[in-house]
Amino acid sequence: MTAVRETVDTVDQLAGEKYKYGFTTDIESERAPIGLSEDTIRFISAKKNEPQWMLDWRLQAYRRWLQMEEPKWAKVSYPPIDFQNAYYYSAPKQNAKLASLDEVDPKLLETYKKLGIPLVEQQLLAGVAVDAVFDSVSVVTTFKTKLAEVGVIFCPFSEAVREHPELVKKYLGSVVPESDNYYATLNSAVFSDGSFVYIPPGVRCPMELSTYFRINEKQTGQFERTLIVADKGSYVSYLEGCTAPQRDENQLHAAVVELVALDDAEIKYSTVQNWFPGDEDGKGGIYNFVTKRGDCRGPRSKISWTQVETGSAVTWKYPSCILRGDGSRGEFYSIAISNHFQQVDSGTKMIHLGRDTSSRIVSKGIAAGRSSNTYRGLVSVHKKAENVRNFTQCDSLLIGPRCSAHTVPYIEAKNPTAILEHEATTSKISEEQLFYCMQRGLPAEEAVALIVNGFCRDVLQQLPMEFAVEAQKLVSISLEGSVG
Amino acid sequence: MLEIKNLHVAVDGKEILKGIDLHVGAGEVHAIMGPNGSGKSTLSYVLAGRDGYQVTEGSVTYKGRDLLAMSVDERASAGVFLAFQYPIEIPGVTTMTFLKTALNAQRKARGEAELDAPRFLKLVREKSKPLNISDEMLKRALNVGFSGGEKKRAEILQMALLEPFLAVLDETDSGLDIDALKVVAEGVNALRSPERAMIVITHYQRLLDYIVPDVVHVLSKGRIVRTGGKELAGELEKTGYAEFAA
Repeated sequence: MTAVRETVDTVDQLAGEKYKYGFTTDIESERAPIGLSEDTIRFISAKKNEPQWMLDWRLQAYRRWLQMEEPKWAKVSYPPIDFQNAYYYSAPKQNAKLASLDEVDPKLLETYKKLGIPLVEQQLLAGVAVDAVFDSVSVVTTFKTKLAEVGVIFCPFSEAVREHPELVKKYLGSVVPESDNYYATLNSAVFSDGSFVYIPPGVRCPMELSTYFRINEKQTGQFERTLIVADKGSYVSYLEGCTAPQRDENQLHAAVVELVALDDAEIKYSTVQNWFPGDEDGKGGIYNFVTKRGDCRGPRSKISWTQVETGSAVTWKYPSCILRGDGSRGEFYSIAISNHFQQVDSGTKMIHLGRDTSSRIVSKGIAAGRSSNTYRGLVSVHKKAENVRNFTQCDSLLIGPRCSAHTVPYIEAKNPTAILEHEATTSKISEEQLFYCMQRGLPAEEAVALIVNGFCRDVLQQLPMEFAVEAQKLVSISLEGSVG
Repeated sequence: MLEIKNLHVAVDGKEILKGIDLHVGAGEVHAIMGPNGSGKSTLSYVLAGRDGYQVTEGSVTYKGRDLLAMSVDERASAGVFLAFQYPIEIPGVTTMTFLKTALNAQRKARGEAELDAPRFLKLVREKSKPLNISDEMLKRALNVGFSGGEKKRAEILQMALLEPFLAVLDETDSGLDIDALKVVAEGVNALRSPERAMIVITHYQRLLDYIVPDVVHVLSKGRIVRTGGKELAGELEKTGYAEFAA
């Protein structure tokens, strides 16, 4: 990922220089009062200097949320979440930073080392105050200049609300309405920040856009809100997350991602999610309830989701495509790895509304330890959608005797011209395969990693090159302790 | 090189090998022949260290070390190689990737530096050529959709690349037509050297026309019942295993 390397290089340079500007303002720790109420939402909105329409939108979502019930259909179980015993807004806290890497959990450092993450980046990820201050302003400015030359807007969501209200108003909630589902509605009420991307007509975004750009904006992850709009004939590739585990004290995450692709536009969205999965005994870990949806609004548009999910204690996530434009195409490539006591319920929805729309789903679930790994998918063909094609391949791999894998595919075809294919397999890493690899000199864990990486190959190939290399290493690391 | 003494092995409580004694010196090629069910494959798996084969008695010494105390991958890195009768498919892992991972795992275990991509590529090309293994085949997932001949050639390629000290070839001739057999045998012969020992396990004498052994053993019902020179194989071809089966 060249963009990331550039960021790191820039950071390195900055770290090498003596910081010239000093702290301009000392950001105080400011928290909303505990619990969730209209006052909390007003507090958040006021903190962000939001216009009235944005506050109204949040409040509308909140009132809706009060009427809703937590969904129970996913194959996951967790203790009840007390929504009144949480903070919904917390400004970046300087004092929360650690003084040096010595204070960071050694396990985390070991993982960084295995992933080959440069020191400065390690410090950023672990939340250590970097001495030669990471001047976010100048780093971001470098990229912004490049992007501005072609008219691409890439900025924090809160900035977009202020600077580009006409775009935000037009597209916000147009894919995931504020009333969509329990967690999306909660997000709509309290979202902290996120990314906004707009690619003008005919523009091919000159670089991979990555959340790494926003690495400085800590503590925005809990209720993240992302909106990407690709105008006619444009292209963008967006990378979310990173392979390194990040320090994070929020247990509940409920993000919303909306993608809009207009005529002939293409959006490629790649995610690596490696949040704290809980320890070997299943204690702790993040609950990840995400709503991700893309709308192929224009004819011949294309949206492609690629995800590598290895973290979180509970994952509830179904990146979907609404194939509205005639001839549009949706893709979903997924690797979901669960180990120890992790629970994953993930998949996709392909909603075919337009003619000649096609979709492709390739899902690879790997379960180890005592984990549970469910693929849940929907392929829906509406009455007027002629000549729809779908291909679904859903493979599960089990490691050890105590994990489980489940496949729950829903198919609804209301037009007789649709051609839908579904293939599913469940397999175990065989003793024979392990023996064969080990006879060639591979230690047991390396043998498992090699076999699993082979199993995931179709999906790994979809990732941008450097991301794919990191993801391969991540696959190996996630499965440590799964053999023997 | 290899010293097997009074080796007894059971599988699921059933004794398969009932006291094997075998001495294989460096540079020697030994053939082990015998009817189906005589324990030939069991012997190869025990040497490689596969799970489920319990040594109930006896010892195996390899280059002065207790082989039975070593794990599967330790044995491999110490130079023990098994060419499988039925090579295993590894979906999604190209032959090239597999070879590189295996070679570097062994080099790492021996404290040697890993080979970088250009040097590795050069080495693989050099070893592949005599075995008629194309670049296209190296890009395919290992053993997936390979023909019988391709699988066996891929095994010999691995052997050539890993340069073991003790190679055990388990029924390498099975499923091969005569042309494929010749290619494989040439590959094996090219690896014969004064510091390398080989154990060639086969049901048929045919393979031994091409890989000429120094010593031939006949295994029957878990025991070595006869040992002789290469002419013993020809004799067996005429008489069959009937006399040993009794």
